[in-house]
Amino acid sequence: MRSVVVAAAVAALAFGVAQAQDGMRTGPTAPDLAEGKAVFAKWCAPCHAPNPGLAGTFALQHKYDGKVPAALENRTDLQPALVAYFVRNGVAWMPPFRPTEISDAQLAALNAYLTAPLDQRGAPAELLAEEMVQLRSEGQ
Amino acid sequence: MSVLPPDLDAAGFAAFLDDLRAVVGPDWVWSSDEDMHAYRDSFSPVWNTEEERHASAAVAPADVEQVSAVVRVARKHRVPLFPISTGKNFGYGGPSPNVNGSVVIDLKRMNRVLEVNEARAFALVEPGVSYFDLYRAIEERGLKLMLDCPDPGWGSPVGNSLERGVGYTMPHFRDHFGAHCGMEVVLPDGEVMRTGMGAMPGAQTWQEYPYGFGPDPSGLFAQGNFGIVTKMGFRLLPLPEYYRTCLITVPKRRDFVKLVEHVNYLNDSGLIGEVEYGSPLRAKMADPQVMALITKAGGVSDAELDAAAEAAGLPCWQVELQFLGPERATYENWTFARDRILGDIPGAQAIEGEHFALPASEHQLDTPQQPWPSAIKRRRSLGVPSLGEWKIVRDDGHIGFFPVLPRDGEAVFEMQRVLGDAMKAFPTLPPFFNALTTPLLWHTHTFQMVFAPSIKHDDPEHNAISHAAMKRCVEVAAEHGWGDYRASPIYQDAVADTYSFNNHALRRFHEQLKDAIDPDGIVAPGRGGIWPRRFRA
Repeated sequence: MRSVVVAAAVAALAFGVAQAQDGMRTGPTAPDLAEGKAVFAKWCAPCHAPNPGLAGTFALQHKYDGKVPAALENRTDLQPALVAYFVRNGVAWMPPFRPTEISDAQLAALNAYLTAPLDQRGAPAELLAEEMVQLRSEGQ
Repeated sequence: MSVLPPDLDAAGFAAFLDDLRAVVGPDWVWSSDEDMHAYRDSFSPVWNTEEERHASAAVAPADVEQVSAVVRVARKHRVPLFPISTGKNFGYGGPSPNVNGSVVIDLKRMNRVLEVNEARAFALVEPGVSYFDLYRAIEERGLKLMLDCPDPGWGSPVGNSLERGVGYTMPHFRDHFGAHCGMEVVLPDGEVMRTGMGAMPGAQTWQEYPYGFGPDPSGLFAQGNFGIVTKMGFRLLPLPEYYRTCLITVPKRRDFVKLVEHVNYLNDSGLIGEVEYGSPLRAKMADPQVMALITKAGGVSDAELDAAAEAAGLPCWQVELQFLGPERATYENWTFARDRILGDIPGAQAIEGEHFALPASEHQLDTPQQPWPSAIKRRRSLGVPSLGEWKIVRDDGHIGFFPVLPRDGEAVFEMQRVLGDAMKAFPTLPPFFNALTTPLLWHTHTFQMVFAPSIKHDDPEHNAISHAAMKRCVEVAAEHGWGDYRASPIYQDAVADTYSFNNHALRRFHEQLKDAIDPDGIVAPGRGGIWPRRFRA
């Protein structure tokens, strides 16, 4: 398994940003971004993972028509203030998220993740069901 | 949009907030406009109008002791509390209260899965646990149990079942309140009570025998305001060995009556899971002639719809059946259903659909391979929570009215016609009720239909139409004996008014109870249309 991860990381470095923007990011996440990635996985990925059928990804594809990646995790133009605004205020059918859901500290970690260089973010956050299905299959 | 609790001035409000901070700590009380934005109902049809309901503050206790202490503080200051679990009750009010100035008691921090018992198939959870959280707790341990979840997985089993929400697996699990077993409640005086076997010290059956002894008051806490639920048990479905699907079509309009009778039999016998009724003719709704026919005032005749179906070369109706259980049992149940229906309805056809062992693979969850255009939502049908269906939301949100009607084809035709005609007064809304509208078999033993007009934050005229249509729809439905099952705070009085047998005997009974245990309205006054004396005056 380790060799697969390493190979994937090397591949990610080799192919660079262009492929990353197509949702092909791979490899490990920088340790100081792990908390932000976990916040993204829990609260954002269910709508914003790189799957065109998800509400958030679908809406951003429609809004930007490919000018920026539809999957939030692949964006390189996000600013912390903008992320914080949408998290706390919502937009269209996305509701605001309360501090009991995403604390201010978690929001800061999320911002760190979403504004980090792409090659430090590693592979996209998994949807919960994908993570659990893999866990089950590993356990069998 | 600063508001104060009823009968409290700014100084009194400040003193109240100080008392709350003393209970939960300064980080867990909010009252600024900025913080309170997230406690507005972002799906509100009365957004930014005088009718919108605003909370004055929010408080987030960490445990049942703090909930109890918060209730006692609120009682001392006579401030109404409005409990939320995960606050995701969208379409039905979100986290917003019935009474302006109420203080939201946000239970999201109470997020422990207290127990999942595989051998006895139950879970015990706190209100802040989401369906995602419970699913994770089951899957991480590799337990052979299946959840029954609503479309959006961010909701709470406690909150959803207390709203009488529904799911999509086997009949007795789809009714989420019906599938609960045992609860812990903080009463309006701050006392902690447990229902069922939870009332007996040392009992080991809290999540297995719901009644205990004597009257069971647990129903009072669903859509009610008699206490704040802090723990709740749920029955879980043992993970079925196998999943199987099929499609059955029937050619003529009137065949729907027999089709429904057969599906009722299959459902009530425990042979099938949730079903998806539909009409293949919906594929022709872009044709103006078909649209004119199915939205015709006074409804369509059998002959008219049969002719349209024949011209299109399509059957009038279809139903997708889903089977869960041992592989051989699902096969026998599918062939039994096929033979029973095809043997009774001339021209009926059946197609075998996808089938596979559970748990499903990632590919099976993500890419259904049905040999027909399927309306089945794979994840929810298999109890896998997601937000995949959130894309059905249009504009900035919607409001929901799901009138309850009998599981009877004739009743379906009547609702199509009556509510279709009534909603012609709102021509800018989609024709939710038309001659092809099919019912939902979500609750265990009843049909519902969908009325869900959208809302737009920047279009008050559109919202006013949705709001007026909603009220009219509730009214006309009630004239025909079709009641709403769940409503946003702004509609709860109107809906409760329609349950008026014997001069509102039920409401008067609820009011007597409320006056006895919570005359000042500390817990959610107005919820469920129940107002204590203080607010009736």
